[in-house]
Amino acid sequence: MAKPTKPTKPPKPEELVKIDYNPPEKPWMEVPVEFKPGTFCYGTRPKYLEEVGFPNPREWSPLDEDWKLPADWKDTVLDGLGERLKKNRAFHLFMDICVRCGACADKCHFFIGSGDPKNMPVLRAELMRSVYRKYFSTGGKLFGSLAGARELTFDVFKEWWYYFYQCTECRRCSVFCPYGIDTAEITMMARELFNLLGCNTDWIAGPVANCYRKGNHLGLEPHTITSNIEFMLDDIEEITGIKIEPTFNRKGAEILFVTPSGDLFGDPGTYTCMGYLMLFHELGLDYTWSTYASEGGNFGFFTSMEMAKRLNYKIYAEAKRLGVKWILGGECGHMWRVVHQYMDTWNGPADFLEEPVSPITGTKFENAKTTKMVHIAEFTADLIKHGKLKLDPSRNDHLKVTYHDSCNTSRGMGILEEPRYIINNSCNHFHEMPEDTIREKTFCCGSGTGLNAGENMELRMRGGLPRANAVKHVRDKHGVNMLANICAIDRATLSALMQYWVPDVEVSGIHELLGNALVMKGEKERETDLRLEPLPGKEEEDV
Amino acid sequence: MELKSLLTEKRAAILRKWFDLIVDTYPSDTSSFLKKQKNQFANPVGHTISEGIEELFDELLEEAGSGKVSPFLDNIIRVRAIQDFTPSEAIGFIFLLKNVIRESLQREIREYQMYDDLLRLESRIDDLVRSSFDVYMKCREQVYDLKASEVKKMTFRLLQRANLVKEIQED
Amino acid sequence: MGALLSFFVVIVLVLLALAGVKGAGLYVLFGTIIPYAAFATFILGVILRVIKWSRSPVPFHIPTTCGQEKSLPWIKYSKLESPAGTMGVIGRMALEVLLFRSLFRNLKSEQRDDGAKLVYGSNKWLWLGGIAFHWSMLIVIIRHLRFFTHPVPFFVNIIDSLDGFLQIGAPHLMITGVVLLLAVTYLFLRRAFIPQVRYISLPADYLPLFLIMGIATSGILMRYFLKVDIIHVKELTLGLATLNPKIPAGIGVIFYIHLFLISTLFAYFPFSKLMHMGGVFLSPTRNLANNSRMKRHVNPWNYPVKVHTYEEYEDQFREKMKDAGIPVEKE
Repeated sequence: MAKPTKPTKPPKPEELVKIDYNPPEKPWMEVPVEFKPGTFCYGTRPKYLEEVGFPNPREWSPLDEDWKLPADWKDTVLDGLGERLKKNRAFHLFMDICVRCGACADKCHFFIGSGDPKNMPVLRAELMRSVYRKYFSTGGKLFGSLAGARELTFDVFKEWWYYFYQCTECRRCSVFCPYGIDTAEITMMARELFNLLGCNTDWIAGPVANCYRKGNHLGLEPHTITSNIEFMLDDIEEITGIKIEPTFNRKGAEILFVTPSGDLFGDPGTYTCMGYLMLFHELGLDYTWSTYASEGGNFGFFTSMEMAKRLNYKIYAEAKRLGVKWILGGECGHMWRVVHQYMDTWNGPADFLEEPVSPITGTKFENAKTTKMVHIAEFTADLIKHGKLKLDPSRNDHLKVTYHDSCNTSRGMGILEEPRYIINNSCNHFHEMPEDTIREKTFCCGSGTGLNAGENMELRMRGGLPRANAVKHVRDKHGVNMLANICAIDRATLSALMQYWVPDVEVSGIHELLGNALVMKGEKERETDLRLEPLPGKEEEDV
Repeated sequence: MELKSLLTEKRAAILRKWFDLIVDTYPSDTSSFLKKQKNQFANPVGHTISEGIEELFDELLEEAGSGKVSPFLDNIIRVRAIQDFTPSEAIGFIFLLKNVIRESLQREIREYQMYDDLLRLESRIDDLVRSSFDVYMKCREQVYDLKASEVKKMTFRLLQRANLVKEIQED
Repeated sequence: MGALLSFFVVIVLVLLALAGVKGAGLYVLFGTIIPYAAFATFILGVILRVIKWSRSPVPFHIPTTCGQEKSLPWIKYSKLESPAGTMGVIGRMALEVLLFRSLFRNLKSEQRDDGAKLVYGSNKWLWLGGIAFHWSMLIVIIRHLRFFTHPVPFFVNIIDSLDGFLQIGAPHLMITGVVLLLAVTYLFLRRAFIPQVRYISLPADYLPLFLIMGIATSGILMRYFLKVDIIHVKELTLGLATLNPKIPAGIGVIFYIHLFLISTLFAYFPFSKLMHMGGVFLSPTRNLANNSRMKRHVNPWNYPVKVHTYEEYEDQFREKMKDAGIPVEKE
């Protein structure tokens, strides 16, 4: 490599780099939205909207000049906004009481990772508040922009689209807000308004349509579900020598098991699913899968409350049809937000079910008395506590594990200890990430609420940076190589995030770790873990 | 008087200036956040930059050079590769160091006639820019890989089930 | 821009009171009519606003959980951060309202990893500034009850003597008055000088700050420097409180400025973000127990929706299900 002998005199470098980068200090209302590559999702194809009877199906792209909105789109948005103010106190209140103290400003992973000021939760909410003031408050009507009000224009609408699809409804801002203002509530309302006009992303509308018609987001048909699980059963047999025969749509089972379809398809979700299958077999649990209610997750929740309810309906309906006593739910984030805080309200009361009791330990799950659905981490932690499982944590000795609290399970449910208890009993090496990045202060994977598409990868990498950064810290400090979590979206998206930021860390569900450690009756000596990789000490024999 | 010892002496001031110039490539509201928030977990971008340029600066002073790309260069560029920067903006922050040095040490350089030293240092900075282009491209390729593998992951099991692909069995 | 405008508005208000009282001699207007009108607006406005909020139902049970849920008996749950019952919710709300629990969360975050030394950032100061401001404001208001009651209730006297315990000067320096002015000045300065906060600020964020600054300044001037005739002031204020308004002669104009600014703040209150005072109690992310799986939450406007039933599903996939050995309802 020849070095230049006589360097030419370069022009002023900071000018080169700074070009167009520092926007003039304009008030945010005067900075028009710009759709930057890699930060937004494709608009939905019409067929997905037709499938669920949503308005205005058409071919369109967010980059189009004309979004082909109906002529009266503005009235639709404003009427919709007014209706939601009347129907939802949280939304109404959050439009009024923000004092713009700025406590939330630097709590959003998208702001931290991108630095775009409109990603500060307060400003994201102001995008809508400004319109609310213009049309629904006296001050805004009288004083206009002096009162922080602005007209709803098409540019504003586009700006909403851009930024309300850069919010993962993770609720981290709400933890720090002195009034508990939850941007998730505002984002949800914004997305409902978009859907009144047929504006959704392809990545959300597709799974919604699939789930409505076929029972799950991935559009797996009944025979595909069973054959997918057979694949896993083959692997389990190879690893343990035990043949498992689960049942599907079986009437009279005691328990209906519902998990996100991501666990049925695609690694590393499938390893978690193998963990469930092994656990249930070992317990001799009287349970069944359902191909009709084959989705725990709910992309309807990222569309509208009504759509979410339409999809969620299947879980209770199927439990009733099959005559089970109660429902057990797998590892998933937003599924548990929905089950914990919404399901009973939408589709209950589930008076045809019984108060859940663990058939193994006799423990009454009093915290699920009315919803009658138990989280698998609660179920398994109870088993371990009562000594019902034989675990050999040394089988996970090749793993140094850290645990990522998912947004929904930590801030919309509060299940923090059970997963840690299970990990600690299944693994010998567990290291927490720094305090400000876990539990209720956990950082989002950056891809929740249906933002886990491919086309917005840059956005996802930015949003996930704070999480990845904390993982990197424990990797450097403790040699962590496994990021455990209880969320199907995490399992998919954190994998990509780790590949980019912390390439030597892999991702797993906690029941994969449990499956590794679980000593099963009549099993052969295990040579590999659930990923078919050699166990510690067995590397030699494998060759 | 050697340039190297001068640079070592003024290390802190030069780094602070360089950091400020880099951070000023972000929108103004952001740059103040990047400068102010000291917690490495609450402000990973600012932390990566400040930690990274310190190490890069020290590596530049080590004349020998390992021939390997510094992991700290990778850290900074990895962040900028997925933010709203054009390629030239993403790696151009390195050039800023030249200016900082010229401005901070103008008087001394003239006084002690260090132009040769300076030119050599600037060449090394140019080398750094060259490597940073490689890093940048690697990061971008990785992003596209991830985009592609998202799709692949979804289809692999389908193909497998349809018996269209089969993993090579060893037995 | 917003700050200047709001500052200008407050100056105009001061001048208005000055001109109205000193120039035009409109004592009744500034001493009786405006205070009554402002107070009525305040009460009515706040009530109407709270009614308006309350009429929007809480369709979903959405507490933000900031700690372990109540689940298995051997797992310690977080009674105050993720309360399962009413007592816990009351505790959580009390922490929030009295101690600004959520703002306080910011405090922990700035322990630097490397040097282990604490770096103080704006966030801690926000909590401190906020709590100093609100508490001194409350105490100042309670102290002022002595102007509206006769005899003065014992707790007002106690607070008065506590507040003046330094016994500096005559009349004794009231600490809260000074703290209030300092805190509100801090809140203004951070808004004006922290770029992020300045960027999100509206004129409506500066106006209350300047109003309160004006009120505190005029109050301090009146008490320690311009020394209005306290007996006459009390005659006026007690008259207002007993619905027997009087305008005693010889009260300095500074009092009328003070009173006018307070009236403006009261009248403005229900239309502004100051309503966060009432709103915080209604916030569903804080005032609901985390017990949604134990106790069913009813949405008053829950309505039937179009669903895809099992029958439709089976009709669509019956053959495939049978082939896969999945039981069906209809053969």
